[in-house]
Amino acid sequence: MVDARLEIDAVSKRYGDVVALQDMTFDVRAGELFGFVGSNGAGKTTTMRIVLGVLAADSGQVRWDSEPITADTRRRIGYMPEERGLYPKMKVGEQLTYLAELHGMPRAVARAAALQWAEQLGIAGRFGDEVQKLSLGNQQRVQLAAALVHDPRILVLDEPFSGLDPVAVDVMSEVLRRKAEQGIPVVFSSHQLDLVERLCDRVGIVRSGQMVACGPVDELRDTGTARLSVLAPDAPAGWADGLPGVTVVEARRGRTTLSLATGADDQAVLAAALATGPVHEFARQRPSLTELFRNVVSAPTAEEAAS
Amino acid sequence: MSNAQYDGPGALSAAGGVRLIARRELATRLRAKSFLISTAIIVVFIIGYLVLMNFIGSTSSSSTVGLTAQTSSLSTAVLASGKATGQDIETRTVSEKAGREQVADGKLDVLLVGTADAPTIVVKKQLSSGLTNTFHVFAQQQALGAQIDRLGGDPAKVQQAMATAQLPVQRLQSVDRYQVQRIVLGVIAVVLIYMSLMINGQAVAAGVIEEKSSRVVELLLATVRPWQLMAGKVLGIAVVGLVQMVIFAVVGVGLGLATGAFAIPAGLITGAAVWAIVWYVIGFAMYAVMLAAAGALVSRQEDANAVVTPVIMLIVVPAVIGWSLIPANPDGMAGRVLSLIPLFSPMIMPMRISLGVAAPWEIAVSLVLSVALVVALVALAGRVYRNAVLRTGARVRLVDALRAA
Repeated sequence: MVDARLEIDAVSKRYGDVVALQDMTFDVRAGELFGFVGSNGAGKTTTMRIVLGVLAADSGQVRWDSEPITADTRRRIGYMPEERGLYPKMKVGEQLTYLAELHGMPRAVARAAALQWAEQLGIAGRFGDEVQKLSLGNQQRVQLAAALVHDPRILVLDEPFSGLDPVAVDVMSEVLRRKAEQGIPVVFSSHQLDLVERLCDRVGIVRSGQMVACGPVDELRDTGTARLSVLAPDAPAGWADGLPGVTVVEARRGRTTLSLATGADDQAVLAAALATGPVHEFARQRPSLTELFRNVVSAPTAEEAAS
Repeated sequence: MSNAQYDGPGALSAAGGVRLIARRELATRLRAKSFLISTAIIVVFIIGYLVLMNFIGSTSSSSTVGLTAQTSSLSTAVLASGKATGQDIETRTVSEKAGREQVADGKLDVLLVGTADAPTIVVKKQLSSGLTNTFHVFAQQQALGAQIDRLGGDPAKVQQAMATAQLPVQRLQSVDRYQVQRIVLGVIAVVLIYMSLMINGQAVAAGVIEEKSSRVVELLLATVRPWQLMAGKVLGIAVVGLVQMVIFAVVGVGLGLATGAFAIPAGLITGAAVWAIVWYVIGFAMYAVMLAAAGALVSRQEDANAVVTPVIMLIVVPAVIGWSLIPANPDGMAGRVLSLIPLFSPMIMPMRISLGVAAPWEIAVSLVLSVALVVALVALAGRVYRNAVLRTGARVRLVDALRAA
């Protein structure tokens, strides 16, 4: 159980002539928070729907614990669809109990779990109310409870943070972190990259149905071009020209921002800067996830480059 | 965790999923105000109809004719004329003064005053058309009697001979003495089937659209297959409709038998009720799967009409044809043929069965054909439903839903 991984292996899907996914491959390990990012239409929702079995893949495989995923395994997934959905006229408690039962829980257990999650997410007071009578924020909490009520072994959440107020974002983050700590693989998609960067162990960046970058956030940030920020007030313009592999990005009021090609020597930059006078600041800047994301999604695709 | 005792692998059989979904439909619908109100209205309608029938039956044109001491000898002749003209008449002897008051009060319909040879009719305003006939015949009989008497004959003998005169009749077809009641029974059965199909069939479409428009369908399809969701919904609502039909049948048959409103053997009524329920179940299966598939094509309740109406027409047209064709000509060729055609059978066959004109082989053939159609429709509708139910947004075209893999 502890080593169980959710593997998405070379999954492809077409809608008519449109390629939605092409050899989508990644894995989510037990106890890991995996952030799934990409532009709208990149294929995140399609991937999640295929994992849940709501859609069928044209080719490729989804595996859990090294076995192809089955309907019974899928019942142990907690799912939050991008398009939120609950029966508007059903009471919160009945709805959660019903969904837990559909996931295979016996009725009494389902009811107890519904009550427990309602308490945990602060909606126990609305247990007997129809969902449509709840505020939007509370409906989101019910939706989260619906993903968690059957004690899932895997969590797949499509845009769980969208539309949440800051307090709810904290509640959601806390719940996801706690679930990961219990050894559950958690994969969620989001456009809030700072949140993904803060929360996730690993991220995958999708573009046009393909995984273009996947790994721990730190590693990914290291793979991009490194930048140096140097504050040397006495340095004349063009002091860094001629240093091998170094390009000046910006020079303003004594602060020079340089980008280093792979293998360029930052110590040579420091020596050159010291040669101009005092150096008050010398900092290596790694790209943020947002910058990485911009680079990745704005780079031309293989096909575009070929044409 | 409070659910620590739960460690099952989440096993849920296919039937288990269908049962859960059907149970939710049943639980939410049986408690719904709309169900309670529509059932109550129809029950009131049935009770009202039976009470009315009973009331009309018990007060069928009984008139009271008052006779004074001078005219009391006419009693037998008045009664005979009443019988000859189909009027149920009682006679009562009163004093002329009291009789006139009673006519004014409406306690007597008619008072005969004057003498037995030349009576005068006293009425409040005018004679009812039935009594006009009666007294017309009465006057003719009196005149005829007087003539016979003058010719030296015996008026009593002549009257008797005339009363028993009758021509023998040769019947080419036997007449069912319950013909009218059977027609009423058949029409009521089909009206109930029709209403139940309309109410509950549209509930299936609305339920499918509700799941699609609220987008809860994606959450459900992460746990069950599309066919389970559709089957559970159709079964659940079918049971709701069945509960309703049984309530109608029990109220209708029970009250009908208790009040004697039908004046027809209990076996006939019970048979009609049982066949109505059988054909309701078959008809529901037929139309509900079509309506479920139709509902899956659209994402908003506002778009429901466009897809639901064509299916509804498939209920309305056979019902209208049945009502206009069968009671007028129960054994006509058109009715016989239509009752065998699957989409017409649920509306026309129960009526023909009630009328006692459906041959056993006809019933068997219509059952087999209808069930075969249900099987084919389940496969087709299941395909449309599966392909369309996750496509939100614009209305899905039927051909696309049928074609898509």
